[in-house]
Amino acid sequence: MNGFLPFLAAGWMLLVALYGMVTSRNLVHTVGCLAVAQSSTYVMLLGAGYRRGGTAPVFSDTAPGSRPVVDPVVQALALTDVVVGATVTALLLALTLQLRKRHGTVDPQALTGLKG
Amino acid sequence: MTARLRVWLFTVAAAVVGGFFVAACRRLPPFGTARHPYGARAVTAALAHRTANVVSSVNFDLRAFDTLGEESILFGAVLGTALLLRPARDESLSRARTERVLPTTRLFGVLLLPLALVVGVYIVAHGQLSPGGGFQGGVVLATALHLAYIAADYRVLEKVRPSAAFDVADGISAASFTVMGLAGLVSGGAFLQNFLPLGTFNQLVSGGLVPLLNAAVGFEVASGVIVLVAHFLDQALEVHPSAQAPQPEEHPT
Repeated sequence: MNGFLPFLAAGWMLLVALYGMVTSRNLVHTVGCLAVAQSSTYVMLLGAGYRRGGTAPVFSDTAPGSRPVVDPVVQALALTDVVVGATVTALLLALTLQLRKRHGTVDPQALTGLKG
Repeated sequence: MTARLRVWLFTVAAAVVGGFFVAACRRLPPFGTARHPYGARAVTAALAHRTANVVSSVNFDLRAFDTLGEESILFGAVLGTALLLRPARDESLSRARTERVLPTTRLFGVLLLPLALVVGVYIVAHGQLSPGGGFQGGVVLATALHLAYIAADYRVLEKVRPSAAFDVADGISAASFTVMGLAGLVSGGAFLQNFLPLGTFNQLVSGGLVPLLNAAVGFEVASGVIVLVAHFLDQALEVHPSAQAPQPEEHPT
């Protein structure tokens, strides 16, 4: 059980975030939930790359081979996505802003019809 | 679809996804395993290319093509936001007001802005050596400039960061990543191949193309975030609905 508890935590985070998106009454809240769903992938990736007793995969002050290091590949994946995720969140918030201006609401359940 | 039906549908879907997820997790290598075949290979490859920070090596050398994709998403998102938040026909622009600031706050900004800029450049420039790189340093650089808004007002910030210049800088740095990739192709190798001399391990000039790609991404992230924040701040401070424009009708909730 202990061997895969961190992965279950990531799955739990994803489902909680999806529940939040499904029941959301405010698009800003929806975007926040999407950010949580995205973060669950970081937990999953970093959990998969963890090595017991491992240190950061940076050899500027530790000699190569002197200590075990955690998996750098998953760290690189998470790293790029943090910044990219932030800009995508900004794009979605810009959409929300325009919705508020054009339709007068940010409640996704009140947005029923398409309007030019 | 009613809210109740939606929750019910979600519960069923979540149970299915959750079931398969737990089953899949049970077959994964256990948490904290000593066996990381990709990690071990990445470390060996990074050391062979004399890059001390293996994460940077993965991002800008071993999987540089992947980073080109990530960087394009970033560029696209900034472009989309700029497009969505441009002043519409029924909106007018006004200049932001000048604001009074406490002298201590002003001192804080004057001292910290250059310091934060130097830290940002340091993090970008040392990406191949120590934790950091273009993505992180770029965000620090963009944040540093906005200290001008905290320590002075929006008019000063607009002088510190000419929005149009950063629009262009964002495009140029995004393009330079691709150009460096093509340079690898021209030099007789593959797209984004590390064709530069690799330098000395753990020195500022090491890792070949890694520091240059780091700088390109650093500038792109910095100018991208600056453009994003500029558009949101413009919306809050400078864009107003015109007086004669029809107001959006309120929906009953």
